[in-house]
Amino acid sequence: MIAHSIFFYFFSVIAIFSSLMVITSRSTINSVFFLILDFISVGCLFIMVGAEFLGMILLIVYVGAVAVLFLFVVMMLNVAEQKQSWFIGKKSTHIPTGLIVSVLILLELLVVVGGWKYKEDLMSSSTLVLSNVSNTHQLGLVMYTDYILYFQLAGIVLLLAMIGAILLTFRERVGVKKQSYINQISRNPSSSIELIEAKSNQGVKVDD
Amino acid sequence: MIEIGLGHYLSLGAIIFFLGVIGIFLNRKNVIVILMSIELILLAVNINLISFSIFSGDIVGQIFTMLILTVAAAEAAIGLAIIVIYYRNRGSIRVEDIHGMKG
Repeated sequence: MIAHSIFFYFFSVIAIFSSLMVITSRSTINSVFFLILDFISVGCLFIMVGAEFLGMILLIVYVGAVAVLFLFVVMMLNVAEQKQSWFIGKKSTHIPTGLIVSVLILLELLVVVGGWKYKEDLMSSSTLVLSNVSNTHQLGLVMYTDYILYFQLAGIVLLLAMIGAILLTFRERVGVKKQSYINQISRNPSSSIELIEAKSNQGVKVDD
Repeated sequence: MIEIGLGHYLSLGAIIFFLGVIGIFLNRKNVIVILMSIELILLAVNINLISFSIFSGDIVGQIFTMLILTVAAAEAAIGLAIIVIYYRNRGSIRVEDIHGMKG
């Protein structure tokens, strides 16, 4: 129990510090690095508390795909010259309101959830955690049976996101030679082959 | 204090959610940081769902977390694509420069 609390405080302090650095660091690339650190510490928390599959998914999908996508976009857009504009220039007028709203949200959430206690007989669900199978096995047992529709819908969401991202960033370039399949397929021998009677000692004249 | 319960995890989620909201309001740099703040908020929601799922012994919360992960990945991809085409058209993604709709 001591080890659990030590690890909890360790990972959560790192997570809070890195999310603070995400929103306050001067350059965008540092924000992305701290976002990766944040995902990794929260993934370690998930693994520690017993949701191993989701912790690993967080490490693979977020750190491996989403954060690298952020890195690619930061790399492609030249945002380096904009990093000095933090707290320079005219002050935005909605920052005090935003701060007040955010602090109120935090206080309300802490008051509500900080001292959460269960009722004794809370559980009455049919999808309780089984103790004799692993977390991944258990997740599969529920996800591929009761929640198969949501699983398929998640796949459709990903497909639509992929198509949308490709369509948004696609642009037709002029002056680029492309293969035209319809022209290739619709050729026939009469338009592409010419039979020539070659006479001896005279050769064949091509392309006259 | 030593005994780690559900309240600790929910408080961690609340703090990360708060930092994400702050990040949206405080941001003066560019839109990518706003997208990262949204990722932080979704991460806080995932922490809440997983801790409820673990401490109440019900696996469904983890399935909801998987769905949220899916939606968050799709949202990041679409948002970054929008940022890329905005930068291609305007040459800047600073928050102050984006006022085409005068909102």
